[in-house]
Amino acid sequence: MSSTDSGFPRRTLLAGGLSAAGAWWLGSGCRRTPSITGSFAGPDMSRGHQLLDGAPPTAGPERDVPVAILGGGIAGLSAAWRLARAGFHDFELHELESRIGGTSVSGSNAISAYPWGAHYLPVPVREQRAVCELLEELGLLQGFDARGRALIPETALVRAPQSRLFYMGSWSEGLYCIDGASREDLVQWERFEQRMREFAERRDEQGRPWFALPLARCSPDARALELDRISFAQWLAGEGFDSPRLLWMAEYACRDDYGCSHRETSAWAGIFYFASREASSGASDSEFLTWPEGNAFLAEALARHAQGRIRTGALIRRIEPRDGIVRVESSAGALRCEQAICALPRFVLQRVLDGLEAERGRFRYSPWVTANLSLSGTPASRGASLAWDNVLHESESLGYVVATHQSDRTDPRSVWTWYRPLVQSDVAATRQALLRSRWEDWRDEVMRDLSRAHPDLDRHVQQIDVWRWAHAMVRPEPGFRTDPVRQVAAQPRGRLYFAHTDLSGLSLFEEAQWQGVRAAESVLSARGIPFESWSGI
Amino acid sequence: MRLGLVYLTVIIIAACGLGYELVAGALSSYLLGDSVTQFSLTIGLYLFAMGIGAWLSRYVQRNLVSRFVDIELAVALAGGTSAMVLHLAHGRGIWFRPVLYGEIVLIGTLVGLEIPLLMRILKDELDFRELVAQVLSLDYVGALVVSLSFPLLFVPNLGVVKSAIAFGLVNAAVGLWSTWIFAQRLGAVGWLRAKSLAVIGVLAACLWGADAFTGRLEGLMYGDEVVLAKSTPYQRIVVTSNERGFQLYLNGALQFASADEYRYHEALVHPAFVARPQARRVLVLGGGDGLAVREILKHPQVERVTLVDIDPEMTRLAREYEPLVTLNARALHDPRVELVHEDALGWLATRRGLHDIAIVDFPDPSHYAIGKLYTAAFYQRLTENLAPDGVMAIQSTSPLFARRAFWCIVRTVESAQLTALPYHVFLPSFGEWGFVLAARQQLSVPKAANGELISGLRYLDGPTLSALFHLGPDMQPVPVEPNRLDEQRLVRYYEEDWRELD
Ligand SMILES: Cc1cc2nc3c(=O)[nH]c(=O)nc-3n(C[C@H](O)[C@H](O)[C@H](O)COP(=O)(O)OP(=O)(O)OC[C@H]3O[C@@H](n4cnc5c(N)ncnc54)[C@H](O)[C@@H]3O)c2cc1C
Repeated sequence: MSSTDSGFPRRTLLAGGLSAAGAWWLGSGCRRTPSITGSFAGPDMSRGHQLLDGAPPTAGPERDVPVAILGGGIAGLSAAWRLARAGFHDFELHELESRIGGTSVSGSNAISAYPWGAHYLPVPVREQRAVCELLEELGLLQGFDARGRALIPETALVRAPQSRLFYMGSWSEGLYCIDGASREDLVQWERFEQRMREFAERRDEQGRPWFALPLARCSPDARALELDRISFAQWLAGEGFDSPRLLWMAEYACRDDYGCSHRETSAWAGIFYFASREASSGASDSEFLTWPEGNAFLAEALARHAQGRIRTGALIRRIEPRDGIVRVESSAGALRCEQAICALPRFVLQRVLDGLEAERGRFRYSPWVTANLSLSGTPASRGASLAWDNVLHESESLGYVVATHQSDRTDPRSVWTWYRPLVQSDVAATRQALLRSRWEDWRDEVMRDLSRAHPDLDRHVQQIDVWRWAHAMVRPEPGFRTDPVRQVAAQPRGRLYFAHTDLSGLSLFEEAQWQGVRAAESVLSARGIPFESWSGI
Repeated sequence: MRLGLVYLTVIIIAACGLGYELVAGALSSYLLGDSVTQFSLTIGLYLFAMGIGAWLSRYVQRNLVSRFVDIELAVALAGGTSAMVLHLAHGRGIWFRPVLYGEIVLIGTLVGLEIPLLMRILKDELDFRELVAQVLSLDYVGALVVSLSFPLLFVPNLGVVKSAIAFGLVNAAVGLWSTWIFAQRLGAVGWLRAKSLAVIGVLAACLWGADAFTGRLEGLMYGDEVVLAKSTPYQRIVVTSNERGFQLYLNGALQFASADEYRYHEALVHPAFVARPQARRVLVLGGGDGLAVREILKHPQVERVTLVDIDPEMTRLAREYEPLVTLNARALHDPRVELVHEDALGWLATRRGLHDIAIVDFPDPSHYAIGKLYTAAFYQRLTENLAPDGVMAIQSTSPLFARRAFWCIVRTVESAQLTALPYHVFLPSFGEWGFVLAARQQLSVPKAANGELISGLRYLDGPTLSALFHLGPDMQPVPVEPNRLDEQRLVRYYEEDWRELD
């Protein structure tokens, strides 16, 4: 990994110098980057900063709203969905941004819809009740196979070829590169896969799996929790794994799911990446559902149940659980609620709810950058043909995902979504640098990164829009899962219930949805509304 | 003597020297695959050959400058034409490796002579310490310049063939200008200059003809004369011609030969009509050449034929390219025929009305973009556009050469809740070829009513028709899994089947 200290794109002086030389030499060959348009898309920084600046208190009288849901990410939307599916509609959902979805938000242009964050969902197992309910509602669940895995229509699954890897100058299918691997590499890879299969099948005395989604299904077995004390890198070393290809895979997995290095991810979370999906598939090849707009498709589906009850552009400024009620101060009005579900990220909550001093600094977030490239045609590549997920071996990015992969259009244009986690340990400094960076820096970085695999990329890229995620996802660092502070944070405060992926350290759709459903079911219980549990509480 | 110009010369010859090495490395890994091996072999051989050149330089004793010019011109010719020679040799099977390594040794040896000779030419101008330091450091600078500009500037802008010629031109120019730089040390320069100009002329002609040359390469690949070649956004269409007629290739794969295509298209179309003699609405997917439509239009009751082919260029050829228009009997000019240019899987997603017969005639599933047109999802969508008693006939690769691929298609059709009836035909240009007849209901082997088929067929008659449905022991089922959009096993089976055959 050749990460620079700040993790920021340097101007590639060499390439710049050469292109000048090229222009002089051949009278052509200038790079076409300057003609690429684009800008920063992304969260409205000014709105969020009102929290820091202490904006004036909300004017107007207090309204009575039986149930308020704060935050319109997957967790908040799932809470609304669960209430509505139980027949309860007396709620209001307040979301800061102008679009719902949170980290599963999408964008679109003349070519296609595309994700800015989450973009896929693994095929669920029957035990993931809420996910199955949602898919059934969408006509995407056809039953279960003998192993309890959902049967999904083939058109909704990611099409072949699913993934490819750019390594040593050409693309090959799959993410683990077999070509040129030494015998030792292959032996270790096989042993590693075997270990992961064992973990996937591991159950405690009560039959609870060690690794499963949502986190609540996982065994609290002390031996499993041991894995939370060390980093994934330490675990790998302890097991005698040192094959460079295997270590690359481990690092890639942690960057992909958590946005941090395998040296800073707990062994429990690292293994989770490989073993939780094995558990759900029972086969080595995992299957995914995806849509051009990514998981925003699911966010919209959930939101349909809350039509007319969603306030966007609504900044939550203060939450006060009082005797018997919850007071919420939102820029869209002050609310008096019988119950409230707080689906805000923890770093925001620490500013709007008193009494969270103890958890300061315990939730650490990785910044991420995503870029959407609008292409006039398909750039050339050597080796395996364009896949859905296209990963580069020697790169700080995770490569790109193709938004039009599932489509059958004859239009050669496409949108590629490029993902880049900023894995540096000093998250605060990295975040500051991210907020100071310019759009041009990221345009050049994207082009530098992908041009290695696609020499004629500049002939096809028309636009690059960039989204800066200052707090993309919480980091499951060693000790996070077993941290008592995390466990306390999830406890309701009077009539205020909490739901967010931050509470688990696993930023994944299934977890977010479960968090929202569980909080909603607590509210249903408190109100005496009958329901059949989808969260297993 | 102007030392500045001499130093520039050193940089340039060093750059060109490495340039040829990169050309050979790039071409060998491109043509042979396995880039790690090819690159390290090329580098090793080339460096070794340069050593031979350096050693040989001791035998050059007199007329150093004019020998130097000769060597520049030899490098220019051998190096400049190297990419073309390698491409030509590639069409010649086993000759490729000997030619490749011969070229590397030849050019390496000549390049190895350059610097030692130049140093000896300069030895009286500079003191030895200075000479070694200057020449060798500039030699490495030249290498850096070309190793950076080769992938970034040359290949993207010129391609490998023209890059090699460009290096050759530069070497020849060095030869020419050396006759000025070192003029005092040469006697008569006229002859040297004439030779240099001749070499420059030859290489300039190569540069001018390079595009035509690259075009001709295609002809070598196909073995016959290429009479038409077109790249569309979807494929490369090539028509070749020989004494037996003409042939159409898509992306290098033969689609039909005019001499025996009637066997293929009669077998593709008429069994379905025997099964559904009253068919009026017919759908053709793929088959933009119009040959299947020609067969369909032989059935007078047909009212409407919808042809869906992604490539407008293909149907344009079928309507305008004279030999093809004659072959398909102007089928695509018939008022009953409607043309649609869309992706078939996407087009079928919206219901398009019910058809009595669907003829599915796509190229072989050699990659994912085509493999998706052989999936359960595809047959399901197609069924939704078929009348309840409708029938489809599917081209299904060879049950003999690609046995797993063939049976994979059969299993895929069955996994889409259809009954499948496999059959086959023999044609000289393809060998054994296979099809699948599929329908919602049970299908029995089609039998011509009172033993007769429609008139005007060259291959099929009643008895031949029944024989199509008998598959001999070497074409019997093999265990395979169906093909799905999310896991295209068919592409893998197809690839493996053909690889095993080679
Ligand atoms: C780049 C990226 C890629 C990802 N890819 C995947 C993937 O492929 N698959 C997957 O399963 N997961 C993926 N994830 C994880 C994703 O975060 C989760 O799937 C899920 O969306 C988390 O939902 P949440 O509701 O827990 O949190 P959030 O999405 O953080 O929702 C919190 C909501 O609260 C709102 N909010 C914040 N402050 C306020 C305030 N003061 N007032 C009002 N509203 C406020 C926010 O705007 C947001 O809408 C990805 C995440 C990122 C960043």
